[in-house]
Amino acid sequence: MANNTHSTHNKKYIERFDSFSRFLHLLVIISFLSLAITGMVIKFSGVGVFQTLSKLMGGYEVTGFIHRFAAVITFIYFTMHIGYLIRKRKKRGIPFKAMLKGENSLVPNKKDLIEFGQTMKWFLGIGPRPEYGRWTYWEKFDYFAVFWGVMVIGCSGLLLWFPEFFTSLGIPGWFINVATIIHSDEALLAVGFIFTVHFFNTHFRPDKFPMDPVIFTGSVTIEEMKKDRPREYTLLKESGELEKKMVEPPSPLLEKAARIFGFTALSIGLLIIILIIYSMIFYYK
Amino acid sequence: MHRYPYLFLFIFLLVHCINIYAQDESEICFECHGDRTLITEKNGKEVSLFVNSNRFKKSVHADIGCISCHQDVNLDDLPHNENLAKVDCSICHEQAVTHFDRSLHGAALRQGKYLAPTCASCHGKHDILSSTNQNAKTYVMNIPSLCGNCHKEGTPVSKLVSVKERHVLEDYTESIHGDGLFRRGLIVTAVCTSCHSSHDILPHENPESTINRNNIANTCTQCHRQIESVHQKVIKGELWEKEPHKIPVCVDCHPPHQVRRVFYEESFPDKLCLSCHSNKSLQKTVNGKRISIFVDQDELSHSAHGTNPCIKCHTNISNSRNPVCLNSGKVDCSICHPQLQTEYNSSRHGTLHSAGDSNAPYCTDCHGNHNTLPKTDLTSPIFSRNIPDLCGKCHREGEKAAVRYKGPEHEIIKNYTMSIHGKGLLQSGLMVTATCIDCHTSHSELPFKDPRSSVNSNNIAATCGTCHLGIYEEFKNSIHSPSVTKTDEKLPVCNDCHFSHTIERVDEDDFRQGILSQCGRCHMDVTETYFDTFHGKVSKLGSVKTAKCYDCHGSHNILPTYNPRSTLSRENVINTCKRCHPNSNRKFVGYLTHATHHDKDKYPFLFYTFWFMTFLLVGTFSFFGIHTLLWLPRALKEKRNEKKKKQTYWKN
Repeated sequence: MANNTHSTHNKKYIERFDSFSRFLHLLVIISFLSLAITGMVIKFSGVGVFQTLSKLMGGYEVTGFIHRFAAVITFIYFTMHIGYLIRKRKKRGIPFKAMLKGENSLVPNKKDLIEFGQTMKWFLGIGPRPEYGRWTYWEKFDYFAVFWGVMVIGCSGLLLWFPEFFTSLGIPGWFINVATIIHSDEALLAVGFIFTVHFFNTHFRPDKFPMDPVIFTGSVTIEEMKKDRPREYTLLKESGELEKKMVEPPSPLLEKAARIFGFTALSIGLLIIILIIYSMIFYYK
Repeated sequence: MHRYPYLFLFIFLLVHCINIYAQDESEICFECHGDRTLITEKNGKEVSLFVNSNRFKKSVHADIGCISCHQDVNLDDLPHNENLAKVDCSICHEQAVTHFDRSLHGAALRQGKYLAPTCASCHGKHDILSSTNQNAKTYVMNIPSLCGNCHKEGTPVSKLVSVKERHVLEDYTESIHGDGLFRRGLIVTAVCTSCHSSHDILPHENPESTINRNNIANTCTQCHRQIESVHQKVIKGELWEKEPHKIPVCVDCHPPHQVRRVFYEESFPDKLCLSCHSNKSLQKTVNGKRISIFVDQDELSHSAHGTNPCIKCHTNISNSRNPVCLNSGKVDCSICHPQLQTEYNSSRHGTLHSAGDSNAPYCTDCHGNHNTLPKTDLTSPIFSRNIPDLCGKCHREGEKAAVRYKGPEHEIIKNYTMSIHGKGLLQSGLMVTATCIDCHTSHSELPFKDPRSSVNSNNIAATCGTCHLGIYEEFKNSIHSPSVTKTDEKLPVCNDCHFSHTIERVDEDDFRQGILSQCGRCHMDVTETYFDTFHGKVSKLGSVKTAKCYDCHGSHNILPTYNPRSTLSRENVINTCKRCHPNSNRKFVGYLTHATHHDKDKYPFLFYTFWFMTFLLVGTFSFFGIHTLLWLPRALKEKRNEKKKKQTYWKN
């Protein structure tokens, strides 16, 4: 997709992410990058480059404010997403359990385990590329990584934000120290994971390099879908839903905006990961 | 006497017999010498040999008879030889004659000078009277005229070149002594012999002379006992005995022979000095350099010494020199300021100066000379506000003292000016602010390494405490005080945290941030762990208001946490935290401000949490790292295949 935009008008497009999901991901990107930078600045406060970064952003008070503001955005998008799931269930009129177990659910299941095995074989050259459905197992992992991360980092973050309140409820003082370690290391895990694994799996892997703009444009061509997620394509075609999912190609303006924003976000992410690796090697104790 | 009654009686009878005998033999002498016409010829001159027996019988020697003095007369063989030897008074008056012999009079006599007096010149011959006898020439009332016989103006003696004092008798008569003697009949008044002695008259250059500079005070105090207490206003009394060379001698102010009640005008009056020194072009040569020795009278009169006569400082003035002040040397301020001089002498400035260091400042370098002003005068160089400039003359970077200084303090004046003390003094105009001399002292400044120095580690707290007493008292009871903590390690003192010349407000950002490294110099481990926790991390990002060491531990009153008075004791810790965290509570203060996840025994929870998280991270990244590493070559291969397929497709 990325390397042949000149021919998009001749192709048919299928919607992958609805506008609400795309908006949420936009919020995730913005808040996550903000949290990552402002958080790492304090995690690696002994490292000159982060001290400079802090100054560039207006000092520790500004970074602290940005961090908390981005945290609020995180809580908001988290809530919005839960609301989205509830609305979706209502719309489809099926019980939650069924929704979680459905073909399009992000909840990992037995099939993912099988696909993981097949993938390993494919990697090693002893099997074909698995027939992935709407969500691959690594995409499901990404999703739950965020889900888990928001919970853990969010809760420990709240504790650090309002230590006086939480200790007045009976939480011992040393638990704030524990929360600091959890918050900080879990954040390192999240940042490290997103900016390396997620970036590679989604954007930098050779067949998508240098980026996959679908999260911003929302749609993919039928050819790409056939190649990437054959099972989803087959299922949609069989159920006759494919036609319903057909959409207009993304406008050139949207494409351009997606690329500019996408590259910016990727670059910031990469820059952060470089700084982190540099600090970990030379300064971390 | 009661023990030897017989001995006493014997001596009494012996003396009495001699008297009787003497009177008898005198009668024999007067048989011839009682004749007024008895003459002899000596050197071609007729000389009367008559002795007035009445006068002799009234003289002090009446009882001892003629033979006691004229020992070469044999009464059994009369008439005796005409050429009798000269009477030797030393037979009885040994000391007087010894003194006379070495005196000016004696020396002149030995040299055969015809003006030289003999014993008889003053005492007479056969008619010698006791000096207590009012008719005696040596009676106190008669002394001036006796001496005046030779020494009054116009006599041959007074015309001798060697005699510098003129009009001595006239002056004496007009002097307070002469006035006492002649007009008030005060026989305890000093006469010539009181000062010059009667027989031991020596020139004033002779160190043994009673009128030598070094002895004159002793001579005068024979009568003027404890005169030094009267003179305290003029001359520091204690120097009279200890260091008499430092003070002007009596005669410098009270010229001999002319001693008056109003003396200065008459001795070396300022007028005399200014007759030369008011000349603006007056110069002298020192080490080949021409130096102005003009004295600005106006400046002098407005100075702290304005009412002092010149001679009070310039003591080494003498009539024997011309001009009287020739080579009088440097003024010795210790005459009036002995304490300060002692301090100065032991100070760095003083020791360098006495070692001959030309860079070392002397009194006048700071205080000026004729223009010296009290420190209360706004224009005085030693007025508080002017002190930094004064010291800066040598200690400013690049100046002569700063250049030779090898220690750690640089840009002293510049730093001081920017310091809280400097700003207080120079910007806020706060004259109680510490200047150079408040810490270094004005006269006993010493390098900080010297244990006597006011800025030595052991003394600096007390030095600062002279102004910051309250803090000093707190500090004295804190754990950093040597009286509380006994240790071989160096305990911190004021300047370890506040620095010396760069001292600044403690609420300034730089100070708050800087304190971490100050405490950290000794408390390295807790500083490191401080930086592992929130306060430290935010501080590293430049947060000033975040808690620093002293916000929790206190500053000057630091005590171990187990001390109930410590800011971090169980009783106080909640309130201490409340200063920043208003809702602080018992559980909240359990936050570990110096926690580290590296100490398994002290902080097991943190240790295990950290390692759990580390394994989680390492596990996740390992898994996906391998996943990616496997994926990458596969994906690249597929991409190449696809390209190839496309190429073959287009070829076909």
